[in-house]
Amino acid sequence: MPVETAVPAGYIRVFGKPKALSDVKYTYCPGCHHGIVTRLVAEAIDELGILERTVGIAPVGCAVFLDRFMNCDFVQAAHGRACAVATGIKRARPELVVFTYQGDGDLAAIGTAETIHAANRGENITVIFVNNGIYGMTGGEMAPTTLPGQRTTTTPWGRDPRLHGYPLKISEMLAQLDGPTYITRQAVFDYPHIVRARQAILKAFRNQLEGKGFSLVEILSTCPTNWRMSPQEAGRWVAEHVTKHYPLGDLKDVR
Amino acid sequence: MPKGIVIVEKERCKGCGLCIEACPFGVLGFSSDYNSSGYRVVHMEHPEKCTGCAVCGYVCPDVALEIYRREPVGGTV
Amino acid sequence: MSRVLMRGNEAIAEAAIRSGLKCYFCYPITPQGELVEYMARELPKRGGVFLQAESEVAAINMVYGAAAAGVRAMTSSSSPGISLKQEGISYIAMARLPCVIVNMMRGGPGLGNIAPAQGDYFQATKGGGHGDYRLIVLAPSTVPEAAELVRLAFDLSDKYRVPAMILADGMIGQMMEPVELPEPVDPGKIPPRPWAVTGARGRGKNVISSFDLEPEGLREMNLALQAIYREIERNEPRWEEVETRDADLIVVAYGTMGRIARSVVHMARKEKLRVGLFRPITLWPFPYEPLRELAERAEVILTVELSAGQMWEDVRLAVEGRAPTPFFGELGGVVPSPKRILEEVKKYAG
Repeated sequence: MPVETAVPAGYIRVFGKPKALSDVKYTYCPGCHHGIVTRLVAEAIDELGILERTVGIAPVGCAVFLDRFMNCDFVQAAHGRACAVATGIKRARPELVVFTYQGDGDLAAIGTAETIHAANRGENITVIFVNNGIYGMTGGEMAPTTLPGQRTTTTPWGRDPRLHGYPLKISEMLAQLDGPTYITRQAVFDYPHIVRARQAILKAFRNQLEGKGFSLVEILSTCPTNWRMSPQEAGRWVAEHVTKHYPLGDLKDVR
Repeated sequence: MPKGIVIVEKERCKGCGLCIEACPFGVLGFSSDYNSSGYRVVHMEHPEKCTGCAVCGYVCPDVALEIYRREPVGGTV
Repeated sequence: MSRVLMRGNEAIAEAAIRSGLKCYFCYPITPQGELVEYMARELPKRGGVFLQAESEVAAINMVYGAAAAGVRAMTSSSSPGISLKQEGISYIAMARLPCVIVNMMRGGPGLGNIAPAQGDYFQATKGGGHGDYRLIVLAPSTVPEAAELVRLAFDLSDKYRVPAMILADGMIGQMMEPVELPEPVDPGKIPPRPWAVTGARGRGKNVISSFDLEPEGLREMNLALQAIYREIERNEPRWEEVETRDADLIVVAYGTMGRIARSVVHMARKEKLRVGLFRPITLWPFPYEPLRELAERAEVILTVELSAGQMWEDVRLAVEGRAPTPFFGELGGVVPSPKRILEEVKKYAG
């Protein structure tokens, strides 16, 4: 990391870029929570010392360049298919640590079947589910997770549940199944929540190392660009509105 | 000597300002400097107030901040 | 070699296991049920992974994952299921992953029926999914040949890092014939896969991807694919000729129709008609050159298919007007008798 100000002697580094992240700059928009989530995944990989045995599944969408941001092996999956691809890798080589990183359009719409069935089989994988209630990369269209009344480019007058249905609560659905081990919903809009999300991601990876089965961490995230908000407003929107529809906390935790 | 130092990697910063809002001590602010992508980057406006708590680093979505803390006298952390 | 009486679907499964298959992912569909069931019984016993997926889409993406992880992987299905797999096959093709896909074709379009048909020729040989890609397509006409071609499919797929397809139908899948099964492959002989995602230990990271946002980059990926395809077209066309040396009329047929056409040739010869058979074994790469050579001296090139004339287009591309190229096809799972085809032959021969 190029240092602009020399650090005087007597100081120790307490925070910086994790080793699992490359030097490639993120392509996420300014203030987007994706960047925090990506970093937390890298921190978990660092902390568990598993970089050399981890394979990530990069999604379609805003995190499509995830393989460039991180230093582990990667497979690029088709939209929604990440959990099936992860299943194939993990079954072929159970010694690898396999994680998917998916948005809500990917995981909760086109990939609903792949996600539910991987969870129901109790595949020993880790799923990072970034839920910002919108299709970010394609231009801010309605996602299954979009809140009632929320304006998107395909619900210009707000999502009307009578026309478009209700926000899909994937984590609640998965928590009803016998297969999954750990299902939790977290957020990263402030420091305390980031600390909790970090612990949840760490646990989801540790579960896999211990052979415990399917773990999914849903993270309520922002899309300042398509929500037409500043990053600060977007964070407050998550805290004040989104968490009402999607309550935070563990939905399933089999010890 | 302040307790903490925040090093901003100028080219990674996108000027979102989340760190400025999150800092409990009002250390950070926008500088008058722009990076090659055209983002107005953050700097330590009040370096003397920094405790090296790293909250700014945690909330930074672009991993643009590196935080250092003064070693306690007489030993390492 | 061990000689056993086996159903086509089971012979394909056993040959795949003997070819070092590690992971098999499937979704049930007729007429390839025996293949799935055989794998469920046998593959786990022999150190492999059998998994019944929630859909064809999931099954092919599991193949994508396992192939990316560097093991021999396979899926099998029938026409409507293969349609669902096209998304994944396109990704696999661009990501340059070896794998084997079995299509036991049935009558279509739509739900169609489960009778023998050859309506998926275009889908198999011309791409099938989106983008400029090809599969190596092998078409057995007997059960022993099916077993043999499974081994070849794995080997060619590994050699070129291009997915390979076995294209047959319920006739081949469900009939029983004596089979010489291939010897189990020596795992040390399976080509190494330094590109696979096995964990970035002692090397830089490996990335399996079918994606480049930059047009120049994506063009390079495409050109690399095309270069491989040209190499395959040069090296790998395979076909069989029966009584073609003095033939005035050449019947061109593959798979189940190729088998029937062989009987037609024998019947015609008994009636002193100079009829021969040209049977493509690789549908892609299609054996254009040898067929063109035959067309130089034959008087008629008659294509016979269980479709409305799909391979017929390749036959005409091969012949390029050197001889008349009539066509006879059956549809909907109706399989014509040798006698019916002989009648067709007699319209042009003799």
